[in-house]
Amino acid sequence: MPKRTDIQKIMIVGSGPIVIGQACEFDYSGTQACKALRDEGYETVLVNSNPATIMTDPELAERTYIEPLTTGYLRSIIERERPQALLSTVGGQTGLNASVALAEAGVLDEFGVELIGANLEAIRCAEDRQAFKAAMIEIGLEVPRSRLVSSINDGLDFAREVGYPVVLRPSFTLGGTGGGLAYNTAEMESLLRRGLELSPVHEVLVEESVLGWKEFEMEVMRDLADNAIIICSIENFDMMGVHTGDSITVAPAQTLTDREYQLMRDASLACLRKIGVDTGGSNVQFCIHPDTGRMLIIEMNPRVSRSSALASKATGFPIAKIAAKLAVGLRLDEIPNDITRKTPASFEPSIDYVVVKVPKWQFEKFPGTEPVLGVQMKSIGEVMAIGSTFKHALWKAIRSLETGRKSGSDVFVPDLIPKRLITPNPDRLNYIRFALSQGVSVTEISEMTGIDRWFLSQLETVVDYQQALAGKSLDTVSPAQLRQAKRFGLSDNRLARLWDETETAVRNRRKELSIRAAFKRVDTCAAEFESFTPYLYSVYEEECEALPTDGRKVMILGSGPNRIGQGIEFDYCCCHASYALQHLGCESIMVNCNPETVSTDYDTSDRLYFEPLTLENVLNICDTERPDGVIVQFGGQTPLTLSVPLKAHGVPIIGTDPESIDLAEDRDRFGRLLRQLDIPQPLGSTATTAEGALETAKAIGYPVLVRPSYVLGGRAMVIAYDAATVESYMRDAVVYSQDRPILIDRFLENAIEVDVDALCDGKDVLIGGIMEHIEEAGVHSGDSSCVVPPQTIPPGILKTIEQYTVRLAKALSVVGLMNVQYAIHRGKVYVIEVNPRASRTVPYVSKATGVPLAKIAVNLMMGRKLADLGYRGGVLEALETCVKSPVFPFNKFIGVDPLLGPEMRSTGEVMGIGSSFGEAFAKAQLSAGQMLPETGAVFLSVNSRQISEGIEMGRKFTEFGFQIHATRGTANSLRAAGLECRTVMKVNEGRPNVLDLIADRKIDLIVNTPAGPYAFEDEKKIRSAAIQQGIPSMTTLNAARAAVNGIAARHAEGPRVRALQDMHLPKPSLFA
Amino acid sequence: MGFPAVLALEDGRCFHGQGAGARGEASGEVVFNTGLTGYQEIFTDPSYSGQIVVLTYPHIGNYGTNQDDSESARPHIEGLIAREFCQIASNWRSSRSAEEFLASRGIPVLSDIDTRALVRHIRRHGSLRGVISSIETDERKLVEKARALPSMAGLDLASGVSTKERYSWTAGPPGCLPSSLPQAGPEDSFHVVAFDFGIKRNILRQLAAIGASVTVVPCSTSAEDTLALKPDGVFVSNGPGDPEPLAAPAAEIRKLAGRVPIFGICLGLQLLGQALGGKTYKLKFGHHGCNHPVINLLTKKVEITSQNHGFALDPDTLDPSSVELTHINLNDRTVEGFRSRKDPLFCVQYHPEAAPGPHDSRYLFEEFRDLMRDFS
Repeated sequence: MPKRTDIQKIMIVGSGPIVIGQACEFDYSGTQACKALRDEGYETVLVNSNPATIMTDPELAERTYIEPLTTGYLRSIIERERPQALLSTVGGQTGLNASVALAEAGVLDEFGVELIGANLEAIRCAEDRQAFKAAMIEIGLEVPRSRLVSSINDGLDFAREVGYPVVLRPSFTLGGTGGGLAYNTAEMESLLRRGLELSPVHEVLVEESVLGWKEFEMEVMRDLADNAIIICSIENFDMMGVHTGDSITVAPAQTLTDREYQLMRDASLACLRKIGVDTGGSNVQFCIHPDTGRMLIIEMNPRVSRSSALASKATGFPIAKIAAKLAVGLRLDEIPNDITRKTPASFEPSIDYVVVKVPKWQFEKFPGTEPVLGVQMKSIGEVMAIGSTFKHALWKAIRSLETGRKSGSDVFVPDLIPKRLITPNPDRLNYIRFALSQGVSVTEISEMTGIDRWFLSQLETVVDYQQALAGKSLDTVSPAQLRQAKRFGLSDNRLARLWDETETAVRNRRKELSIRAAFKRVDTCAAEFESFTPYLYSVYEEECEALPTDGRKVMILGSGPNRIGQGIEFDYCCCHASYALQHLGCESIMVNCNPETVSTDYDTSDRLYFEPLTLENVLNICDTERPDGVIVQFGGQTPLTLSVPLKAHGVPIIGTDPESIDLAEDRDRFGRLLRQLDIPQPLGSTATTAEGALETAKAIGYPVLVRPSYVLGGRAMVIAYDAATVESYMRDAVVYSQDRPILIDRFLENAIEVDVDALCDGKDVLIGGIMEHIEEAGVHSGDSSCVVPPQTIPPGILKTIEQYTVRLAKALSVVGLMNVQYAIHRGKVYVIEVNPRASRTVPYVSKATGVPLAKIAVNLMMGRKLADLGYRGGVLEALETCVKSPVFPFNKFIGVDPLLGPEMRSTGEVMGIGSSFGEAFAKAQLSAGQMLPETGAVFLSVNSRQISEGIEMGRKFTEFGFQIHATRGTANSLRAAGLECRTVMKVNEGRPNVLDLIADRKIDLIVNTPAGPYAFEDEKKIRSAAIQQGIPSMTTLNAARAAVNGIAARHAEGPRVRALQDMHLPKPSLFA
Repeated sequence: MGFPAVLALEDGRCFHGQGAGARGEASGEVVFNTGLTGYQEIFTDPSYSGQIVVLTYPHIGNYGTNQDDSESARPHIEGLIAREFCQIASNWRSSRSAEEFLASRGIPVLSDIDTRALVRHIRRHGSLRGVISSIETDERKLVEKARALPSMAGLDLASGVSTKERYSWTAGPPGCLPSSLPQAGPEDSFHVVAFDFGIKRNILRQLAAIGASVTVVPCSTSAEDTLALKPDGVFVSNGPGDPEPLAAPAAEIRKLAGRVPIFGICLGLQLLGQALGGKTYKLKFGHHGCNHPVINLLTKKVEITSQNHGFALDPDTLDPSSVELTHINLNDRTVEGFRSRKDPLFCVQYHPEAAPGPHDSRYLFEEFRDLMRDFS
């Protein structure tokens, strides 16, 4: 079947900001879809609110919109662009929901747009739990048994029938309220009674629990001719009950016989056909009872998912790319396999290695929440490792995580073993290893964890081996033993600790013994056909298939797993680096271990090494490739930390010298440099003891900012207003300080913070953007909304910022990118921090200015000058007003205080583009999930120092027709100024209070500026309640002012949209 | 840990690793299979007789072995090569470890070698004769032994694995999704005579599923004796070795064409091809795996197929006026199926019964059922 010619223009909806459960994988899928459709000759219209994505690069689609993914804005875009089709399946749940909303609102019919990929009926059937169950039963598949009951007796009968535990889901309660798990009759009775009471229809769905069953996933594809294939099977290491996003997963399935695997395959295909997914990729989840083999189907996603990104990277079969081609009518057998070139895509990949994915959690960022894993996903990112065996892959994955903890430095408590094994938690894998080393048997561990004995026995083998090796030394270990250790996946670093040697000593010894890493190819076919794609992973085997070329080549070190403070922005930079190198005729080599990303697409760079970003693994690649240069400034802190040791091993780092990077991070040296350059810095000093810290803080004067010396995403920072805070921080911070001193700085209260991204060729400096933060200084720069061009900063100050930036870039001999953070305090500019590397704002500034900063940076690193590229210095102009706003995961961490502070906690960002600040801010807020109301009720509580501004704000709200609810102090001031308002009680004053208003959703907007450090407990409660109810909440005056502007803009005009291609100036040809 | 063992190939290349299973020596043609699951079925598939099998998936033995998944009464592979051969088995159906399963029949295992390097070597040089040994360490001697082995081309191995006695089979397949099984109508009751050149049990189970009681006969059975059994259909099975020396059985099958519906699988296709005047040739390293795309030329649908053959039928040697090609391999365009234009006779090169492998092609058994229905 040839591709369709009745459609020419296809719209793709992206997945919006990075949130827990929806990360870079949808940039990868959207980018692939755009490329695939363009290759097939279609025009594409791409919409996404996330500026940090590759897919929103104006080169990728014909028309690119960075706009909110709401029906209103999408409708405007459809009206302007008139696409004939909408591909709904590559933008995650967000993209799917947005597409369904457009269909249901009649927009698609109105403009004659066809939904391709999955049709509306299929999406509905897959998403509706009951409809899905019914459909599966119809085709003979088993689902968890369930019964809708309306009496206690019915419920107890059913529970007796299926056995405890059972799951209770009361009908029609908000967010699953009243649901739970009953383990025995007594518990069942009380839970059921409560559930029946809570349910407005007095009904509870009682369902057989599958807790502890083995969990599997199948990645399936189907074309319009009903050809259907399995791309990959995935087996979860953790049992049912842990969200698959929080499970360690393994591809392919390890413990199924062919009979069981084929049964699952048949069921997956039958499911796809029944649901009616005509084309594209889907994900089907199963569970199997470990003792009886009973198999149940749990759910299916009729779209490309996180698992399909993993499956694509695990097999080399690009699911999203092929899905896009199938959506326009191509058949699987009409699409060639890129890797083998000779064979078609209508086959099932075979792999001759093992792939392990391990999630990365950051519970430490959310104090107050228990680090326990369950059915709701909590992980922020993930790593994938490819190894010759499960053991090899797992150990590689563990060191890809960059926990910051040195191997062997963990402290385990034997008494905690049962607790840490029974309740799933982020530390469970470590505790399993500890338990094994303590002699706890595989059988016991399997009983406690539900984890399959096969996996555990693999762990046991390595733990035992490691213990046996501990009795040796580097001199006495035999070559065969050392080789075996490497084949099991043990790192040089781990072996070095075992023998009290340096990592380099171990490395040198094994190289002497010719125990070197070899590289194998991911080729979709287990070597049956020749591979034309250098997609490589390291092993300790005989034959190396890397076949490096002799050409000029540069290696880019990626940013590893997504985490707060280091996410998709750096992947964007790395991909751009690769594109720029290729454009310069230089071979690009990518190293990364994050399966979600565009950078780990084998299509992005000339060569891809899917490897941990550790010194050992990077050096191994360097030994094989001998690159002419290595780029470390695009992957965030991860490669930067490697730069000095890499240089020491003779690796040619290009761009800013690692010495300068070190200088910028060394507090004393950097302080001296600033004094030389005559650039002010907030008072500050260092301390290595609690007493020292207290003395220093006293000398500087409170409030102080306390943080460790190596900083990533503001991890473990705190603003201390008193000695007690400093003292408690010093107690807890030691874990993160890693022998480096604690930094203590004067905190500039109520200052305005500014971020600057600049390019330097060693001589000239080009400033990409001066970003004014909307939250006050003290809120982590990654958590603050910001705007280009600056809105309230006087020209004189901007000039000073420009001059300081130029001075700093030259002094640090920056070649490439640099980021500087300034604070403006009472008319004076202070330098807070300098990072001689790409920052997380690079993609945002690039899109706001239409100038690809990362690509220019690569040109500079490759020896070209800014002048050669047509830039003379100065500050680039933003083409419109662009606001970047953060997105927070607080709804996943109930009970955590969502007050913003120096600890970064946002997972993603959105951009709003407008011709006014108000329009841009309103769009950014909307994209971030904070719908600014046009009118309604506002809750106003402003601290006494800011009351005059509060009154101004009240006046505006009254003009917009808002009803004002204010706490007593604010209300009195408002009334004194002649404004009408209602007084509402504070939480501690009695009821009904503001919380009741929030719970009833009688408030549409909250402006609540906390009064300094001694915030009342009720302010915390207000913010938490607002998050839960999804009510926009402004906790700083600046943000509140911005909200007022945004509301004003909404009053002034309807949705206005603009394509980046219309904003951006024609680019110099060298970036084409 | 096991004991040292080595593989020596006829071209002189050797791989040193660990031994498991039986201590000793085994020899045969070294072929690789790219399936991710189904090692027990592979061990027991009589078509592997005379071959040492390299499994490309690195972990073998994970789920042990069980009562139901054997494709014949005993393992037929000469030896096994795997990246890692697992000592512990984890599966609710497992009754015996893979190691015991092989060791009890004296089949040696070589593990802990770079299997991918070996597979790439075979891909470049074609299937090679080889010897696995855990008793001889002299590479030169082993290479000599490998060179002394008979070549697979011209070798009749089927006669050796064929049943000596006629037997009947009625058991259907266990543990399947009903929709993925070939279906029998309420009236369907057939008698099928199956020529055993190394028949897999799952073929018999599928035949049972379409309502057939099967009489399995030795491959040397004559056409006359076959017809005396009054079959509603004749099945020609898979089997090991080169089809060319099997001229006598092919001639008998030829006599049956037109007199009774015939269905052939794998070696069965090659013999039916020979019977209709075609010639076979040896593939460089054969097709052994569960992921081969085959297009049905009649429906244009793609099937993912299970394959296990080292020889193929040359389509240019067939008479297009009497034979119609029905299936083609999309990887290398080799012949995967044909039917007779005048007689009720069809066959496929791949394995619609799977075991191991996908169930996409089970409809072929229903076509055989329909052919028998129409013929009677």
